[in-house]
Amino acid sequence: MDAFILQILNGLDKGSAYALIALGLTLIFGTLGVVNFAHGALFMIGAFVAVTMQKIFNLSFLTVDETQKDFLGNPLKVETPYVEAWFGDAMGNWLQDWSVPLSILVVIPVMFFLGFVMERGLIKHFYKRPHADQILVTFGLAIVIGEIIKAFYGANPIQTPPPTAFLGTIDVGSWLGFAENTIAYPTWRIVYFGFSAVIIAAVFAFLQFTTFGMVVRAGMADRETVGLLGIDIDRRFTFMFGLAAAVAGMAGVMYAPILSPHYNIGMDFLVLSFVVVVVGGMGSLPGAVLAGFMLGILQSFASMNEVKALIPGIDQIIIYLVAIIILLTRPRGLMGRKGVMEE
Amino acid sequence: MLGLNSRDFKLFIIVCIMALVAPVLLNPFPTESALGQSFNAGYPALMQRFVIFGILAIGFNILFGLTGFLSFGHAAFLGIGSYAAVWMFKLLSYNVVPAIILSVVVAGLFAVVIGYVSLRRSGIYFSILTLAFAQMAYQLAYSVLTPLTNGETGLQVYNGDPQILMSAGDPTVPHFFGITMNGQTQLDLGGWSFTFQNGYYLAAIFLIASFYLSIRIFRSPMGLMLRAIKSNQTRMSYVGLNTKPYMLAAFVISGMYAGLAGGLLAAMDPLTGAERMFWTASGEIVVMSILGGVGTLIGPVLGAGLIKYLENIVSKINDGILHNWFAFMPDWMDNLFVTLIHPFIGKGWHLTLGLLFMAVVIFLPGGLVQGGQKIMDMFSRNKNTDAKDGAKTPAE
Amino acid sequence: MGILEVKGVNKRFGGLQALGDVNLSVQENTVHAIIGPNGAGKSTLLNVLVGKLIPDSGSVMFDGQSVLGRKPHEIAQMGISRVFQTPEIFSDLTVMENVLIPCFAKRDGAFRMHGIESVADEKGLNEQAEMMLDEVKMLDKRHMTASSMSRGDKRRLEMAMCLVQEPRLLLLDEPTAGMARADTENTILLLKDIRTKRGITMAIIEHDMNVVFSLADRITVLAQGMPLVEDTPDKIKNHPKVREAYLGEAQV
Ligand SMILES: Nc1ncnc2c1ncn2[C@@H]1O[C@H](COP(=O)(O)OP(=O)(O)O)[C@@H](O)[C@H]1O
Ligand SMILES: [Mg+2]
Repeated sequence: MDAFILQILNGLDKGSAYALIALGLTLIFGTLGVVNFAHGALFMIGAFVAVTMQKIFNLSFLTVDETQKDFLGNPLKVETPYVEAWFGDAMGNWLQDWSVPLSILVVIPVMFFLGFVMERGLIKHFYKRPHADQILVTFGLAIVIGEIIKAFYGANPIQTPPPTAFLGTIDVGSWLGFAENTIAYPTWRIVYFGFSAVIIAAVFAFLQFTTFGMVVRAGMADRETVGLLGIDIDRRFTFMFGLAAAVAGMAGVMYAPILSPHYNIGMDFLVLSFVVVVVGGMGSLPGAVLAGFMLGILQSFASMNEVKALIPGIDQIIIYLVAIIILLTRPRGLMGRKGVMEE
Repeated sequence: MLGLNSRDFKLFIIVCIMALVAPVLLNPFPTESALGQSFNAGYPALMQRFVIFGILAIGFNILFGLTGFLSFGHAAFLGIGSYAAVWMFKLLSYNVVPAIILSVVVAGLFAVVIGYVSLRRSGIYFSILTLAFAQMAYQLAYSVLTPLTNGETGLQVYNGDPQILMSAGDPTVPHFFGITMNGQTQLDLGGWSFTFQNGYYLAAIFLIASFYLSIRIFRSPMGLMLRAIKSNQTRMSYVGLNTKPYMLAAFVISGMYAGLAGGLLAAMDPLTGAERMFWTASGEIVVMSILGGVGTLIGPVLGAGLIKYLENIVSKINDGILHNWFAFMPDWMDNLFVTLIHPFIGKGWHLTLGLLFMAVVIFLPGGLVQGGQKIMDMFSRNKNTDAKDGAKTPAE
Repeated sequence: MGILEVKGVNKRFGGLQALGDVNLSVQENTVHAIIGPNGAGKSTLLNVLVGKLIPDSGSVMFDGQSVLGRKPHEIAQMGISRVFQTPEIFSDLTVMENVLIPCFAKRDGAFRMHGIESVADEKGLNEQAEMMLDEVKMLDKRHMTASSMSRGDKRRLEMAMCLVQEPRLLLLDEPTAGMARADTENTILLLKDIRTKRGITMAIIEHDMNVVFSLADRITVLAQGMPLVEDTPDKIKNHPKVREAYLGEAQV
């Protein structure tokens, strides 16, 4: 039983990431009708915003401290991070420690801006083009973004730790009434799950309870009619693209401590997220979230040694296998609407 | 001629000539010259890639170009073909004939199964199903199937392998009844030197045959049916035609082309790994076809050639070569240009490739062939307007 | 016993009863018109006949065989052809190719693994297609891409595609909707011609009463998914229920 719960927990953080990316993909697809293969790159940019913030907070200048000597007897050179010099030691250290969560504040405007530029500069010209063209141009863009990141940050993963307060594990087992330390779960992953849940809820609430959201939902259901009502749907859709980018960016920032960012994580997540979207049903937001968590959890179950012993290799292919089965039994995915993306 | 109409026949002859004299055509600059060092492409390793990826793209075009079904997992068949061929080397002998036959057959069998399942859906669902199958193949090749694929090391021939048909004097590299694939003749003419390699010519002959077959398929009733499916599936069924078997036939043929390409890759170099099946490899096939011109006969071959050429050239250029080119400029300009170009060359090839994808899709949606046609039209229209007030000629 | 026998067919879309207990009998070598206001379920009935929809209950017999549960292409191979309300043609292909495809379907059945012989070498089929195009006066347009034609031409092309198969039953869904007067007259002539020359049985949905009364042998009036009356054109013209439910409205 405890092993069972542990697997569910293990699946939650990956599932959250899938769900957040898939949510953004679906928003873009549902509103703009565009298949965005660069969405994984937005997730990656988010992760690198966290890396950058960490770097900035650790930027230092050198001073020579005449009172201390290094082992060669020369005066010791001391590195002082600017933040410590400007804001005092305590504040400086805190900023460095909390660089990942603080990046959220930065990533939101950055991603909105990037999303805006991407939509106005490129995507908007592809609304009427075949899906294959959309896939290709965004695929090209994803490669370009990845390569630019590689040029600046190198090809190796960069460790980006969470605040020290969230290091270590939480003994979830004892909360749930199991023996102590049977289910120990990394604290940051719990934070990640909670964070994702909040974001998902916020996006749904936004779409459900604001006039803006209502118009967008109506537009997703039937773009032409809404257009006929004289509502300027295009501007709202540009905003939706920014929102989807911001969601992906936030997902990326918070994931940086779980998986050290490198220039390819965008692509790794993209392919899986696409499978998630399709399993959920193209254009269905609840479907995307449901499928994200479902596949994340299934994947973690498939990684159990007992399961792997039974069906070797299942952990590698479970997502694809489930996708195939679902697509064959439920033609439009779990919650897809009729007529979406069939021709 | 040969069952082709005169236009197709001309095109076919051009392809034949190009393929056969490529070792000369692609070496326009003297070998030791700076230009030759950078831009000559007439060496066997690269030319092999042109023709083999050309075959792959021709096959892909039979599926995507004719039916509009976008497979995002086509590289799986390439990988499967390579594995099948290397296994033939391991079990039988280095003769390429059984290897190539088996690579086509095995890829075809996989295509029957994957196609049968994937074709039950269309649109993006079809693309994702094919992607899922290819990714499964890739992941399995790296994990449980290591006994068959040799995992990350890659599958290759070892001394202890059975090679039951191998006799004492046989070459220990892939060969066609004794003619080794890596055997070559060199022709030196002045500053030029041309290499004619057996392996290249085997691949080139397969390219010519593949191209011929693809023309025939395009012009056949089957080609017509497939184009009709792309145009309007609903009408197809109400005319009384069952689209499924036609689609499956196209899928399998195209899978077999990919298997052939995989087999040939192994015949040129008897070593293969799972990365050949990774989804970026599938993406590259799509891009080759689009770059050249989807649904046109010659487009995919051009696209494959261009991508492989650029990959080779661009990744070979380095700052030193650039400085050489810009030597005539003042130093500051030279340095400026080199700094600007630096990110796009050498290891920056992928950046260039990404930009190239985007540029093609944005500016040249019909691919090179359509671009070429537009330019031709521009010239002929200018002539027409001079001649007779631009009277509109009906589109053929 | 008619060539087409529809008995007790029901079809619901959620809460909407699109077809309610529809009975219809079409006799061989007649033209049977189905009329009724918009949303009456006429297209839905055709969808049931061609296998696009499966009714909730009832039976559809064509030439003594049930069509229910068969795939659209199987039903088409039985000899039912349909002209759609919005033309369904192969827009990317040439006019000639559009007509050639049904010729192949007629000769080779639902699927045949063709060799690599060229389409151009199929002399017989090419002649057949050209004769058909000549008949609908489109031979001069045979090299045009279908999408570049006028709406009226697209309809005529679609009709040619159906006729070249020599169907035993031709279903026409508002074949003159959106046509200019002259085109409508041409279509009437064409259909009359087909009728006399080939004796193809037709079921036609039409709003234009002029077309209906100049072609139909029998008329079924459908309203809200139910057959109201079925009779000869003369009787229908004067039927009080029909005047009230449909004709009155149409003449406004
Ligand atoms: N696939 C469908 N799903 C839901 N409702 C449908 C469907 N097809 C038709 N309807 C409804 O059934 C009714 C009959 O439609 P139709 O047969 O097209 O009428 P018409 O007589 O004008 O051809 C209409 O109210 C239409 O909205
Ligand atoms: Mg109708």
